[in-house]
Amino acid sequence: MKRFFGAVAVLLFGVVLWGVATGYAERGAPSELAMRYLAEVPADLGAANVVTGILITYRGFDTLGEVAVLFMVAATVGLLLGGESRGTSAASRPASRPPSELVSNGAEVVLPVIFLFGTYVIVNGHLSAGGGFQGGAVVASAVGLMVLARPSAVLDHGFLSIAESLAGVLYVATGILGLILAGGFLDSRFLPPGVFGAFVSAGAIPLISALLGIKVGAELSVIIDRFRS
Amino acid sequence: MLAELFILVICASILVSGILAVSLRGLMAAMISAGLASLFAAVSYVLLAAPDVAMAEAAIGAGLSTLVFLYAIRKTNAGKE
Repeated sequence: MKRFFGAVAVLLFGVVLWGVATGYAERGAPSELAMRYLAEVPADLGAANVVTGILITYRGFDTLGEVAVLFMVAATVGLLLGGESRGTSAASRPASRPPSELVSNGAEVVLPVIFLFGTYVIVNGHLSAGGGFQGGAVVASAVGLMVLARPSAVLDHGFLSIAESLAGVLYVATGILGLILAGGFLDSRFLPPGVFGAFVSAGAIPLISALLGIKVGAELSVIIDRFRS
Repeated sequence: MLAELFILVICASILVSGILAVSLRGLMAAMISAGLASLFAAVSYVLLAAPDVAMAEAAIGAGLSTLVFLYAIRKTNAGKE
């Protein structure tokens, strides 16, 4: 019976995907909407990276939703896994196998570079590929490597929580500032666009990007640490 | 032509590592394989000129979720069969 339902599910997926696969045609040129964005975003927002401009300004509310989902995940993980490990220090943890020499030595070389790259991705979101979300994830993966290389390391959850909450509050405050001073919620144009392509340019996009990076990085780091302990 | 071939090879690698992730017996190996599928997906995004998405996929899909799953496997002792 279980097998039968499995086969039916696979068949249904097959029917759906068959329609998608046969109806697929490669796009020769960008769609009308894409052309509009490509033409208008650099002039309108002053951001060289169109993707970040769209994500942070035009679709800023969606990004806020993503961050809210991530916050709920972090809160749930903390609720489910946080209780039992409270009060246990690094010394009372069950002794696990020490990391291999390759991991611990490699991490010492690579870690600063990954942290630097994550910060670069965050603050250069309006100029090159990346942005707050991606940079925060890169920073958090560096934290993951750090806890792999040093199992005895203790993350300061209090500091991370404060940084994360502060970044979240400031992010929403920036959004409201856009509502008051510019066109709408999370509109980045309340700061001057500056010189196109310069480091300090594109209105409030770098500011929002940095706040997002701090928030995402802190949240994901806390999630990893909860799973570790 | 060469670039298209490369993209096809990468996509085939996604499929192969995805199938391996489902069919491998050891949970550890299966999880590494799933992470590999994410990594190949990230490479294909770069080749298809979407570096922003590739960065998120590589950091979250290949890095963080694999790490979280590995910790979970270790906690449940299912890795030692």
